[in-house]
Amino acid sequence: MAENNFHDGLTVSSSPHLVTALDTQKTMLHVLTALIPSAVMSAVFWGVYPVCLILGCMAFSALSEYLYDRIMKLPNTTKDCSALVTGAILALTLPPSLPIWMAFIGCAVSIIIVKCLYGGLGRNIANPAIVGRIVLLLSFTTQMTTWKYTGFQRAAGVDGMTGATPLGQLFDGAFSSTPGLTELLLGNRGGSLGETCIIAILAGGIFLIVTKIISPVIPLVYLGTLFVFAFIYYLIVPEEGADAFYMAVFHLLSGGAVFGAFFCATDYVTSPVLKKGKIIYAAGCGFFTMVIRLFCSYPEGASFAILFMNIMTPLIDKYTIDGFYGISRRAKEEKKKAKEETGNG
Amino acid sequence: MLFGNKRLPSIEAGHYKNTAGSGTEVMPIPARVSLSMSENIGAPCKVLVEKGEHVLVGQKIGDTDAFLSVPIHASVSGTVSSIETMRNAMGGMDTFVVIESDGKQEKDPNLKPPVIEDQPGFINAMRESGLVGLGGAAFPTWVKLNPKNLIDVDTLIVNGAECEPFITSDHRTMLEDADNVIDGMLAVMKWLIAEDGYIAIEDNKQDAIDKFRELLRERGITNIKVFPLPARYPKGAERVLIEEITGKKCAAGVLPASLGLIVMNITSTAFVGQYLKDGIPLIKKRITVDGDAVREAKNVLAPIGTSIKDIVDFCGGYAKEPKKILMGGPMMGRAVYSDRMTLIKNNNAILIFSKDQAFIPEESACINCGRCHEGCPFHLLPTAFADAYGARDAKRLEELQVMQCMECGSCSFVCPAHRPLAFINKLSKALVKEASSNGGK
Repeated sequence: MAENNFHDGLTVSSSPHLVTALDTQKTMLHVLTALIPSAVMSAVFWGVYPVCLILGCMAFSALSEYLYDRIMKLPNTTKDCSALVTGAILALTLPPSLPIWMAFIGCAVSIIIVKCLYGGLGRNIANPAIVGRIVLLLSFTTQMTTWKYTGFQRAAGVDGMTGATPLGQLFDGAFSSTPGLTELLLGNRGGSLGETCIIAILAGGIFLIVTKIISPVIPLVYLGTLFVFAFIYYLIVPEEGADAFYMAVFHLLSGGAVFGAFFCATDYVTSPVLKKGKIIYAAGCGFFTMVIRLFCSYPEGASFAILFMNIMTPLIDKYTIDGFYGISRRAKEEKKKAKEETGNG
Repeated sequence: MLFGNKRLPSIEAGHYKNTAGSGTEVMPIPARVSLSMSENIGAPCKVLVEKGEHVLVGQKIGDTDAFLSVPIHASVSGTVSSIETMRNAMGGMDTFVVIESDGKQEKDPNLKPPVIEDQPGFINAMRESGLVGLGGAAFPTWVKLNPKNLIDVDTLIVNGAECEPFITSDHRTMLEDADNVIDGMLAVMKWLIAEDGYIAIEDNKQDAIDKFRELLRERGITNIKVFPLPARYPKGAERVLIEEITGKKCAAGVLPASLGLIVMNITSTAFVGQYLKDGIPLIKKRITVDGDAVREAKNVLAPIGTSIKDIVDFCGGYAKEPKKILMGGPMMGRAVYSDRMTLIKNNNAILIFSKDQAFIPEESACINCGRCHEGCPFHLLPTAFADAYGARDAKRLEELQVMQCMECGSCSFVCPAHRPLAFINKLSKALVKEASSNGGK
């Protein structure tokens, strides 16, 4: 059969033979893109140093992962870009004047202890950036709660170099000196790098929702719960000089809840996989954020609330998956019916 | 939708319908055809001819009494040169009848349009025609059209969705063979006493939708409706189609007939219409030939049993070194190990890819994003299947309803970590079947 020049030994694999172009790396790059507005606003408020902090944290996080992989003789996983995202998110939750070496300690904790030791991306039980931030907060409490005034605040003639965050002022009983809602929306106030400018966060968040990287369920339920909780609380315990609605909006715009809701709570790995679970999880985040703000000894509790719900995630997944919507329920009903029928017959 | 979605989930897999505008070209009779004796999901056929025997076009060369089977007919006239056992596209061993064509295409004089007087007569004609589900499942049509609860069947759905990327052979059938589609539908509806008919077509084939609407109006047929579907994957899957059109849920293992429905592929239906007119059994097939490694992408009408190599030669040969050849679409089609493989009845495409497109993507860790669940038409959770399969936990897999999976491949497609989830689903289903046959009763 000389004329039959057949091609044998082709690649044989299971279907499907097409895959999406949206891989893990592109997903992470989308998140990094979404963080750009917040990073730019941090430079607008505090100058060049925040940019160094953000880029430094990204580089150091990637380096930590690379070195860990080298030392443990594991394949290099840095190309999925998740370390860059962790570094950027961690940096954006830090105060503008934090010494960079402290930030690097946070990065190392995030990447090596919280992520790599658990088996790398996808296996960590808590959001690395959140834990990194909490470790820094507990280790370097003074530096982590020193809030440099923004350039605009100093231009407006405030005394000294540092002040309190709006939630800190509320916590200290100085509600009358908190900034107005417009200032909060624009972010001209004391706070962490990325958390102050709500408009920039929303721009990034909407970008992620439109490109379908994140589902809007978690941010909306998180912030909705927080708002409703605050509104009801201030109806019962009124704050002097403001109505409950104002206070609820104030809580929404102050602190790190909006940033956390869009960028930390939506982390795939540490949030539930089903929509039902996501709703429970996000409601828990909102609830515990307000519990910590109102009843505990910290003025802000978004990071603790998200961490707490992170570790609840396996439990939420377990119960939501077992009570699965759709065919499983229908199949169970059918089985039951079939059993009854055979029992009767 | 934020908190609820009425439509079943689907994915955007791309269309690549490059050949939609190319009319079917009839391929010259190849020098040799090789016909598999197991072209349907039932038992393989017994060979009815001997080596050296002269056969005519349409002559029965294989048949069996086993259930779920249909006869196999010679697609060319000529001499049986050998009866050999070869590895088939599924990976199993199979008997093939090889016929050297004499180029005359002499028809078997016994082939006549069937004379049908009652429903059993119609079913018998369907069996004799050798027709199996041409959408891909190869389920014998005569079995499908002969449900136990015939009296309950009131609706015929003809599936022209063609949601697989690249494939346009059903689209060409609709444009070139629309009258036969309608005749076939009318025949099936007549003998099964079904009142309503639907022709489901994805809305990226507007010309086919228009064509059928016009034809139905011209012929004054009011009980058949064209049902446009969103052009997303996998709207053409039987169970998805049923829910889209009727709102009825169809779990795996439930026959559509028990819901009062018969679902047929559009090309199968067109064949029914044609067969009732000329009595020529299923011996040729319209297929889409496409992919970056073939020189001319087009639709080809080829005899069953033609080798992929011959079909590619008709399409101008290979443009590049082929690395992967698919029988069927890229989402559910089968990768074959050689271009010696021959065309079978339920083939609707031959796709040939070079190394640029035939890569196996590198797998990375699950990031728990849930896209596999969001893309699953049946709200299943493939990532949980993968965990349970890793633990070889058949009980857990069954609880997670893995048997509902229809292997559409959407989960693998959307996975950003490129995990072979659909493959794991298949293995999981096999594991559950094995466990239930070992442990049950």
